[in-house]
Amino acid sequence: MTPFIAFESVYARLLRSHIDTDQIIPARFLKTTSREGLGRHAFADWRYEEGGQLRPDFPLHHPSARGATVLLAGENFGCGSSREHAPWALLEMGFRAVIAPSFGDIFRQNALKNGLLPIAVDAGVHAALADAPPDATVGVDLGVIRLPDGQRAFYPIDPFWKACLAGGIDEIEYVLRQAEAIADFEQGAR
Amino acid sequence: MTQARTLYDRLWDDHLVVERPDEPALVYIDLHLVHEVTSPQAFEGLRRRGLLVRRPNRTVATIDHAIPTHDRSLPIADRVAAGQIEQLKRNCTDFGVPLHGPGSGRQGIVHVIGPELGLTQPGMTVVCGDSHTATHGAFGALAFGIGTSEVEMVLATQCLLQRRSKNQRVEVTGRLRDGVTAKDLILALIARIGVDGGAGTVLEYTGSAVRALDMEARMTVCNMSIEAGARAGMIAPDDTTFQYLHGRPFAPSGRAWDEALERWRTLVTDDGASFDRSVEIDGDAIEPMITFGTNPAQAIAIGGRVPSPTDVPAADREALTKALAYMGIEPARPILGHPVQTVFIGSCTNGRLSDLRAAASVLRGRKVHPGVRTLVVPGSEDVGRAAEAEGLADIFRTAGAEWRAPGCSMCIAMNGDEVRPGETAVSTSNRNFEGRQGRGSRTLLASPLTAAAAAVTGAVADPRTFA
Repeated sequence: MTPFIAFESVYARLLRSHIDTDQIIPARFLKTTSREGLGRHAFADWRYEEGGQLRPDFPLHHPSARGATVLLAGENFGCGSSREHAPWALLEMGFRAVIAPSFGDIFRQNALKNGLLPIAVDAGVHAALADAPPDATVGVDLGVIRLPDGQRAFYPIDPFWKACLAGGIDEIEYVLRQAEAIADFEQGAR
Repeated sequence: MTQARTLYDRLWDDHLVVERPDEPALVYIDLHLVHEVTSPQAFEGLRRRGLLVRRPNRTVATIDHAIPTHDRSLPIADRVAAGQIEQLKRNCTDFGVPLHGPGSGRQGIVHVIGPELGLTQPGMTVVCGDSHTATHGAFGALAFGIGTSEVEMVLATQCLLQRRSKNQRVEVTGRLRDGVTAKDLILALIARIGVDGGAGTVLEYTGSAVRALDMEARMTVCNMSIEAGARAGMIAPDDTTFQYLHGRPFAPSGRAWDEALERWRTLVTDDGASFDRSVEIDGDAIEPMITFGTNPAQAIAIGGRVPSPTDVPAADREALTKALAYMGIEPARPILGHPVQTVFIGSCTNGRLSDLRAAASVLRGRKVHPGVRTLVVPGSEDVGRAAEAEGLADIFRTAGAEWRAPGCSMCIAMNGDEVRPGETAVSTSNRNFEGRQGRGSRTLLASPLTAAAAAVTGAVADPRTFA
C-alpha cells in the first residue's frame, strides 16, 4: 500500500441509505480472478440501461461529480456481503474516500485494507456536505476532513489503521513478523 | 478468572495470540473455509509474496457460488465461471488445500458442508470469505465473514487482527407455534432491530424458543445475523449440538470425543455476565414472516398489510417509497395474494434436509401453479442424496418443480440461475436487495413452508392453510 497523502476534491453524492454491496458491484461480475476491471461495473444496475447506455439521471453522472474522488452516501453504506470487489470497484472508479453516517462492518475493513478511506460523520457534518453547492469541495486527511465552509470536522479512525495508512504499512508483513508468537500459541493451545 | 464472561468473551480470550495496547489483537483461526469467488486474488497474493498456506489442515475448500446446478456431466458453459473454478482447483493442488469438489460426494455450499462434515465444532473460530459464515455460530463457534485481504492473511498466518466486538443478547421466549420456523424468527428479529441493529456486536441467541430448535434451524437463525449488521451470531452448545456432531466424518471420536465433550460443556455465558445490549422477543407471538421491500428488515407477518410511506418516520419515507416502487407492491394492502412467478428453495439459509422436508410437506400430492417456475436446490451433495433416498426429490419432480444439483444458485444468481427482470420470487434465501437474484428481480424472503405454499398458489399464501 502506498502511504496516504491528504487531498482535496469535489464529491459525488449518492444519498441513499443502506447501499449494499450488491448495488456497488452486482454478483454477476464476481466471476473474475483479478482485482482489476471492476470499476466499469460499479453500480452497474443504477448506472446503465439494460442495453448498456449510461443513465443520465444517475447522480454520479451529474456534471458536478466529474473528477470526484470522494463519494458522499447515506447510512450503513456497504452493508451486505463480504466481497472485497466492492472497494476494488470504487477505487478503480476513482474514489479514494467514502463519507457516510455509518458503514457495514466488513466493508469498512475491506476498504481500509485497500486504502479507500471510510469516513463516518455525524448528522450535522453529513448535512453540511449534502446541502453545499454542487461545486463544493472537501479536504480529506487521516482523522479530519475540511468542510466546504472551511470548518474542520474530526472523524474516528483506529490508531492502528491510521499508522498503517500513513506509513503504507502492509498488514500481512506486520503479522508475519509475529510468527514466533503464533507458533507458541499453536504449541500451547493445540 | 473471577469475572463473569459471555460465550463470545470466552472464545475471544481462548484465541488471543497477542494483545498489545493500542493495537488490534492477533486472534487465532481454527477453521478457514474457502470457495472459488473470494479466494483467487488471495492465493495470487501468496504467490507474489512467495508464501505457503500456513496450516493446510485447518483449511477446507469447496465450489458453490459460480457452479451450475443443471446437468453436471456437461462442461460449464460460462467460460469466466469455468476459469474461476479451474483456478480454485489449481490453487488447492499447488498449496495442498483439501478440496471437496463436484462428484466428491461432499461438495456443497460452504456453510452447509462445514457442519455436516463435522468440521465446524463448538469453541472454534471459523472464518470464510463470505458474510454468511455466521451460520457456524449455531455450534457455539465464533464464526464471521471476511474479505479477500483477510483470506490472504489467514492463509498466510492462520490469524487475523481484530478489535473486540460488543455483546448483544437476543432472548426468544416461549416456543414457536406450528407453521412458524427459524426463518420466521430471524426475519422477525431483523424487522424489529433493523438492518444495522446488530452493528458492532456479536449476537448470542438464548431463550426457550432457541433451545427448542434443532441444529439445522439454529443454523438458519445464525446465518442471517449479518442481515442485522452483526459481526457474528452464536448459540451456546448443548445436547442437541453434541448429538448432531457425534459420528460425523471430522468430529472427534473415541476418547477424543469424550475429552471434547468435557471441554464443549464449558462453553456457556456465565450467570451474571453483562451484555452491552439486549433484546427480547416473544416466540409465541411470531407469525410466518415475509419481506415486501429491498432489505431484510422490510418484513411483515404474512397476514399483515404492507406499510404505507405515511406510516413511517420521515427519515424512512423515501426509502420505503423507492422500495415499494422497485418491488411493484402497493402500500397499505395485504401481501397475501400478491402474484409470484418464481419460487426458489435452497441456499445456506434454508438448503438443508429439514428445509426440503418442510417444502415437500406442502408439495406432496399437490402441483406447482402453472405460472410459477420452482427451483429446489439442495445445499450439498449429501443433502441431495438424502433427499433422493427418502423420496423428497420425487415429490418435487412430481409436483412440477425443478430438482437441481447443489450450489448457491439463485440466492446470488451468478451461475446462470436467475429470476427474470420484473418477476417476483418467493425465495428461502437471505437477501432481497435490488437485483440480488438477477437484474430487475424482485425478491420476497420467506421460509421453505411459505415458499412452497406460494409455488402451489401462484401468489403469496399462508403456509398454515396447507397443513
